Amino acid sequence: MSRLPHSMISPIMANNPVTLQVLGICSALAVTTSISTSLVMSAALIFVLTLSNFSISLIRNHIPSTIRLIIQITIIASLVIVVDQILQAYWFDMSKRLSVFVGLIVTNCIVLGRAEAFAMKNPPLASIQDGIGNGLGYSLILVIVGFIRELLGAGSLFGAPILISVSDGGWFSPIGLMALPPSAFFILGLVVWWVRNRHPEQVEEAQVPPKEGAQQ
Amino acid sequence: MGNPFFSWKSFLALPNDHPGKIIGIALIVAGIASFLVSFTAVTLQPLREANRERAGKAGMLAIIEQLGAKSPEARFVELSSGKYVKKVSGIWKQLIPSRDPARIGLLEDVATVYEIRNEGALSLVILPIRGKGYKSTLKGFLALEGDANTVAAVKFHDHDETPGIGANIEKDSWTGRWPGREIADNSGEILIEVVKGRAKGIHEVDGISGATRTGNGVSKLLRFWLGPDGYGPYLDRLKREDLK
Repeated sequence: MSRLPHSMISPIMANNPVTLQVLGICSALAVTTSISTSLVMSAALIFVLTLSNFSISLIRNHIPSTIRLIIQITIIASLVIVVDQILQAYWFDMSKRLSVFVGLIVTNCIVLGRAEAFAMKNPPLASIQDGIGNGLGYSLILVIVGFIRELLGAGSLFGAPILISVSDGGWFSPIGLMALPPSAFFILGLVVWWVRNRHPEQVEEAQVPPKEGAQQ
Repeated sequence: MGNPFFSWKSFLALPNDHPGKIIGIALIVAGIASFLVSFTAVTLQPLREANRERAGKAGMLAIIEQLGAKSPEARFVELSSGKYVKKVSGIWKQLIPSRDPARIGLLEDVATVYEIRNEGALSLVILPIRGKGYKSTLKGFLALEGDANTVAAVKFHDHDETPGIGANIEKDSWTGRWPGREIADNSGEILIEVVKGRAKGIHEVDGISGATRTGNGVSKLLRFWLGPDGYGPYLDRLKREDLK
């Protein structure tokens, strides 16, 4: 039994899908302009990932390998549509702010990656835990990036002003770059660097080894 | 074969690469998935519609606030005659494709417009408009000044155009190009158009680069709604009666 919680804890830090496997970063760039969008996106992904892992694991012994990916994508896409519809019905403003990116969870490599790598080989309960764990790992990174971008880009957190901007009579001049997608790349890069500094075993070998005597 | 339970068991017992099982599993998964999707879509439809309508109202109120006008009065206008009527008839007619440049399909007999009057004189009229853009139906409002010819504002609150390209029609950077444009010349011919490149003259508006077809859609829907099948008769009557 002690193995089970590990499958939930490990993807959060040591085996994080974003920082270690560098998956799902497209949405990490797009929706992290504020913490609230990051949190809603995270919740949507946890929902989809957990249920897709669960349902794929339930029928894993009966999925013909020739149409394996089609079955997985069908299940994932249906769950994503359901989440999108629920958001549009109950949280319209938020669904407008997230625009297409909830729908694009279909293409989030974490979901298909976990279905293929974990849910196809493991029982439903373990797959649920794996889904929650990986979802939380993704969420952690999204919230960190969202926190930094909202604080430095708009001077606020959850929409409430923290650093009073010059235009409102304060001292803080918002950093325009933080509102733009590239800043998420920089923050993500710094987070990956920090994590791999602490866990040197995660550092990958150079794909193209440096040439002998290339210093000149 | 008579026992369905037995046949279900034997179906599951088939090897996974058996063609019957491949097709069967595909059908079952597709069936369950489509049930799930349609069930949510249908049950949540009223809520989503209500949200969109509210967003539409908010879009109109934003126009009014932006123009600093007073609260609008809703009027029901019979499109064919341009006259006021007491209530919305609820009758819609199917447009034949050759007379439906905006590709809206169904047109209401009676439309709801919003007038803002200053001591009886018309200062603003707000017309709901809709039509096909590049890949979705654009819904919005066109606000005209009291002369029923000068554009006061344009706003699209509901569409599903390509994010970052056609979707820019909802941004101020584009809608800001509209105020002051005129929809028709002195003879009454509707000339307003979204053009590629630099707009020349008072009847043209710069399109969004990369969104030519969205822009064409906007041109067509404006021509339709301002023309004889749309608000044309109503606007003519406003010009005759209010501007004497």
